[in-house]
Amino acid sequence: MDDVVVTSRIRLARNLSDVPFTIKMNDYDAGLVIDRVRDVISKNSQYRFDFYEIRKLPFLKRQVLIEKHLISPALVSSKIKSAVAIDQNENISIMINEEDHLRIQVLYRGQNIQKAWEDANRIDDFLEEQLPYAYDETWGYLTSCPTNVGTGLRASFMLHLPALTLLGYMKEIIETITKLGIAVRGFYGEGSEVLGNLYQISNQITLGQPEEDIIANVVSITNQIIEQERQARLKLLNESSSFIADKVYRAYGILKYARNISSNEALKLISDVRMGISMGIIKETTIDKLDVLLNLIQPAILQDYFGKEMTPEERDIKRAELIRKILE
Amino acid sequence: MMCENCGKRPATVHYTQIINGVKTEMHLCEVCAKQKGTIEFDAPFSVTNFLAGFLEPAFGAQIIKPAFETQITCKGCGMTFEEFKRSGRFGCAMCYNSFSEKLYPILRRIHGNTKHVGKIPTKMGENLAIKREIDRLKIELNVAIKNEEFEKAAEIRDKIRELEKKLSRE
Repeated sequence: MDDVVVTSRIRLARNLSDVPFTIKMNDYDAGLVIDRVRDVISKNSQYRFDFYEIRKLPFLKRQVLIEKHLISPALVSSKIKSAVAIDQNENISIMINEEDHLRIQVLYRGQNIQKAWEDANRIDDFLEEQLPYAYDETWGYLTSCPTNVGTGLRASFMLHLPALTLLGYMKEIIETITKLGIAVRGFYGEGSEVLGNLYQISNQITLGQPEEDIIANVVSITNQIIEQERQARLKLLNESSSFIADKVYRAYGILKYARNISSNEALKLISDVRMGISMGIIKETTIDKLDVLLNLIQPAILQDYFGKEMTPEERDIKRAELIRKILE
Repeated sequence: MMCENCGKRPATVHYTQIINGVKTEMHLCEVCAKQKGTIEFDAPFSVTNFLAGFLEPAFGAQIIKPAFETQITCKGCGMTFEEFKRSGRFGCAMCYNSFSEKLYPILRRIHGNTKHVGKIPTKMGENLAIKREIDRLKIELNVAIKNEEFEKAAEIRDKIRELEKKLSRE
């Protein structure tokens, strides 16, 4: 799999013209929007969607969906009724009554932004045929927050940048690309912390550029960061090979033999090993396996995997067990 | 560390949020975290705060606003401009037109632009095409009248009426 790009994601924000936006909505309106969207989605023949009303989901299931990046924390904390439709491959999710009535999201592993855009665009066309979108000739798709108006499009990549981080280049890179209209965020999106050297980068500007140009801009900056990360890995390998080999093998050793491990520690170690594989140092496992672990070690997904609720102490033990099993 | 909410149980759920370099942490026990669903933060710097900043005069000069200006209200949802400034969010699709004058400078400062050039919804696209055709025919009509080609003018007029009917049906 990809050595730097972990996931590619497209999100489209849409609203209905004949209902107040979610900030001004009551539960009755919210329920009507959910019913209308559910009705339209069920007529779709191309994808099979599962439909969940957030309030009816148990706590653990909600957390699992957040950890899988299928819904946002904001959808869960919504004060009005909210819902989500998720396709069976878990690449597409349509959030209902988040900040906007509709948030169409397509997420693929690796560098797959074009495919994500094509899917999102197709679903958008399908929904638009049957729902009255809030659209203005001048301002484009009308969104709750003016920072999303126009295309309502956010194109983002989750990048694994351990070498640039280790060499202390990230601050400068973030400052530079922010000036180019690119936002840098943490693991769970807006306002979240950078964990495991995973950075989410996305466009900030949504108005005044066609969708294809916005995506091309993010891709071009991403490509430059990928190139810099690869250069940084080479630099580390050339200039401090024994230090790096020790660092990544220590990480591998702990992951392979630990009996008790927290999700934060696991994330850091997975990041080191993932880098070690791409540098050709570690040959005992694969990036694919590490990316599977990246998901599975998260608290809710872990509990879901074992099919039971666990205390944090139980989780740390089970997490270590699962990592050992996958790395075997 | 004990739970910040109940103070009775050990904190095992740790949330960290970083907005523009300002870090907010919360440490809760599982029980309190579950009760809260997810944690809402009082973000020290939110988009909303910055939006409010966009609305202030650029060079710090406090301009006293006439009373009528602060009382613009959206006809669609009843949101006032003050409310928008506080929340950073619009209440309905009509807000964009209700606050249009104030919106241009905001959008210019956020996006460097005020005109959408991206996707046109198919339905809307048909209407747009019809509107553009009507505009074109109106020019043709004026030319025909000027040249005293009244039969041709009548034909064009009928075409325009037909298209306008189509528009109002949509």
